[in-house]
Amino acid sequence: MNYVKISADQCKGCRVCVQACPNHCLKIGSVFNTMGYQSAVFIGEDRCTACGICFYVCPEPGAVTVFKNEKPQKKRDTGESA
Amino acid sequence: MIKHKKPTAFYETFERKGHNDTSTHYCPGCGHGTVHKFIAEAIDDLGVKDQVVFLSPVGCSVFAYYYFDAGNIQCSHGRAPAVATGVRRVHKDAVIISYQGDGDLAGIGTSEIIHAANRGENITVFFVNNAIYGMTGGQMAPTTLNGQKTLTTPLGRDPGRDGLPIGMAEIMNAITAPVYIERVSLSSTKGVLKTRKAVRKGLKNQIDGRGFSFIEILSPCPVNWKMDPVEAREWIAGNLEPVFPITCFRDACSQDQKDSQIAVEHSVESDQIPFMDDKELVSLLKVDALIPNLEILNLEEDQLVKIAGFGGQGVLSGGVLLAKCGIAEGIHATWLPSYGPEMRGGRAYASVILANDEIGSPVVDEPNVLIAMNGPSLDAFEDDVVPGGFILVNSSIATRKVKRDDVSVLYIPASDIAKKEGLTAAANVVLLTIYLKHKGIMSTETLRKIIPVSVTRKKFINTNLRIMDKALEYYDNNVRI
Ligand SMILES: Cc1ncc(C[n+]2csc(CCOP(=O)(O)OP(=O)(O)O)c2C)c(N)n1
Ligand code: SF4
Ligand code: SF4
Ligand code: SF4
Repeated sequence: MNYVKISADQCKGCRVCVQACPNHCLKIGSVFNTMGYQSAVFIGEDRCTACGICFYVCPEPGAVTVFKNEKPQKKRDTGESA
Repeated sequence: MIKHKKPTAFYETFERKGHNDTSTHYCPGCGHGTVHKFIAEAIDDLGVKDQVVFLSPVGCSVFAYYYFDAGNIQCSHGRAPAVATGVRRVHKDAVIISYQGDGDLAGIGTSEIIHAANRGENITVFFVNNAIYGMTGGQMAPTTLNGQKTLTTPLGRDPGRDGLPIGMAEIMNAITAPVYIERVSLSSTKGVLKTRKAVRKGLKNQIDGRGFSFIEILSPCPVNWKMDPVEAREWIAGNLEPVFPITCFRDACSQDQKDSQIAVEHSVESDQIPFMDDKELVSLLKVDALIPNLEILNLEEDQLVKIAGFGGQGVLSGGVLLAKCGIAEGIHATWLPSYGPEMRGGRAYASVILANDEIGSPVVDEPNVLIAMNGPSLDAFEDDVVPGGFILVNSSIATRKVKRDDVSVLYIPASDIAKKEGLTAAANVVLLTIYLKHKGIMSTETLRKIIPVSVTRKKFINTNLRIMDKALEYYDNNVRI
């Protein structure tokens, strides 16, 4: 399985990755981060192909990390507990 | 396994004042960050981090130096291609990233970009075109579309009044020398991935010594366009792309373009750039006849000299004299003047570097030699001198003593010595003579030979030479132990 980790502190909630992911694996979460943005969260554990599109479209240097053939260690690795 | 992560060409943390230290200062959805990411990733993959010199422009990307763990220079508005040219001249192996916005490149900096392109400088230009002045709050740029509302065109750009939007890639394409010109767009995933490819190609061209690459990137400025980031990307596709067509105008480095050979032939290869060697410089300065058996001096320590005083004291010409002495001795020398608007009386200083190796920057922030021609310049620069440095004070004018105890100091009544010979303005010659003698930098005979070719008013040559003798006499009687 593949997954994407969104760093809640770095994500600015611009929604660009959400719109770009071909498999609809991302959504904007409900929690505000320290900058006041609602960061993206990963919801595509069953369908993410680790294609990297979300990584490339994201303007923040380190907001997105894409893992291939790996399971998220904790729930918050996918960004949900922001 | 991690498949995609923050490139290592970025700093781990971004130490900007009062800001979250892992995210950038860019607005949500700004295109600059995406372009930065591709550049950083390409630097990593091409393994050139240690060679990169990133030129930040004036504009929203002015802070790029907080992000790229590389050599950085922040250029004045529009001048990145001129700075790039300078860096290329002194660092043949540098990988130069000339990064500019549209106000910067297509507005205030049009002349620099055109001539750098025309010279076929071996650099890579990233032109981030967001059709507006982002940093200053959304004024019209030369690339703003007809009818586009901006802060300075509240009713829309009017071509009758403001001209038509300018296509910089098209202008580049009218110039023979560039080897690669492409316009890409961040409007869609496809465009983003194409941009990534173009960034890599542009850098690869430079590393391979191919010549000038120009990549224009249509990029969103959601904040000043007053759109959300996703909408801004759609707006690029619907509005910018029809005016600024997405196309590769020229790719002379790929096999399938035949006429492209012309461009390659016209571009300057860095080893063809006519670097003047030291011998040629020496003959240009007409000192070869005077110093025929040039033996290259080997300095024990590079000399970072600041000569400071007021205008008219010979601060700047003293610096020229010293630099020419260095050149005549076959070492590297730079001279950088700094003075106010006053012709006389204002504060003036010259920075001179003498070095065994090539000099990257002529700026002297921390001198190891300070020649203070008056009191205010001692006040201004005393603290900048490195520990163990040397301060030479013109004690005819600067009456106070040096406060530091970790530097060596000489007080010489230079203006009095010069005045006695009828030429107060030659106090600089007194101090230079004593500096060279005391520190054993080079033979004072070199200075004696340079004075006749450097002093512009020929009737003062002999007086200057006599003043040199008096300075040496003073040194022998009062300083030498
Ligand atoms: C010599 C000079 N003139 C004007 C300015 C003001 N200024 C700062 S940024 C800017 C425009 C930048 O626009 P652009 O190059 O499109 O970059 P963006 O901010 O959109 O990325 C201007 C005019 C300046 N800093 N220096
Ligand atoms: S890696 Fe690809 S599939 Fe997975 S979340 Fe990102 S864009 Fe979607
Ligand atoms: S992860 Fe990046 S692209 Fe996605 S919402 Fe956050 S900042 Fe935007
Ligand atoms: S003003 Fe525009 S160009 Fe500048 S950071 Fe914000 S979105 Fe980017």
